[in-house]
Amino acid sequence: MTDPDAAPRLTLPLVLVAAGGVGGSLTRYGLVEAYPHLVTTLVINVVGAFLLGVLVARHPAGHWSRPLLGTGFLGGFTTMSALAVQTVTSDLAAAVGYLVASLVLGVAAALAGLRA
Amino acid sequence: MSALLVALGAAVGAPVRFLVAQWLPGLRATLLVNVVGSAVLGLLVHPAASTAALVGTGFCGALTTFSAFAVEVAQTRRWGYVASTAALCLAATALSRCVAG
Repeated sequence: MTDPDAAPRLTLPLVLVAAGGVGGSLTRYGLVEAYPHLVTTLVINVVGAFLLGVLVARHPAGHWSRPLLGTGFLGGFTTMSALAVQTVTSDLAAAVGYLVASLVLGVAAALAGLRA
Repeated sequence: MSALLVALGAAVGAPVRFLVAQWLPGLRATLLVNVVGSAVLGLLVHPAASTAALVGTGFCGALTTFSAFAVEVAQTRRWGYVASTAALCLAATALSRCVAG
């Protein structure tokens, strides 16, 4: 590492990201346990994309809310790995519908959030 | 118990994603964590409940992100990024499921 200040400068954001990530992941876990269905992950991802759009539009990258709520909570709340595995393990019609719906609704939600 | 394991996995996965974004500029950081996380989750074909919570829901769920991907697409309008993310994440998952048997 060439920058001697890099480690201390990263400590606070890392703690905020970890705390937010735990909160977001536990929220996702609780929702999927309560409603074990593809649609639950779809709704989580679309809602998370919208909320991250809102956050990014309102707060600059250096604001404390970005590591805690953006990278941490919403990053942990939404998931690409579950989307990929659920797509690969579903039958073809469900897989195509789930993947296309996730991508189209997710990007549309992010656009709406950025403009909200 | 499972919730604690999810929390532990997420406490590692989310900071790793943040660090990758510090070192790798632009869209490649999100692409990398999403492909790697999809590959790792694909390895868990019949996981024990504790492994599923710690590594799957916790670590892989927090390492990967759909929200950052969607906002990056909305901001850059790079449709090739959508195609490469979908293709690489699905391929990584399918491949690792084959390897895991």
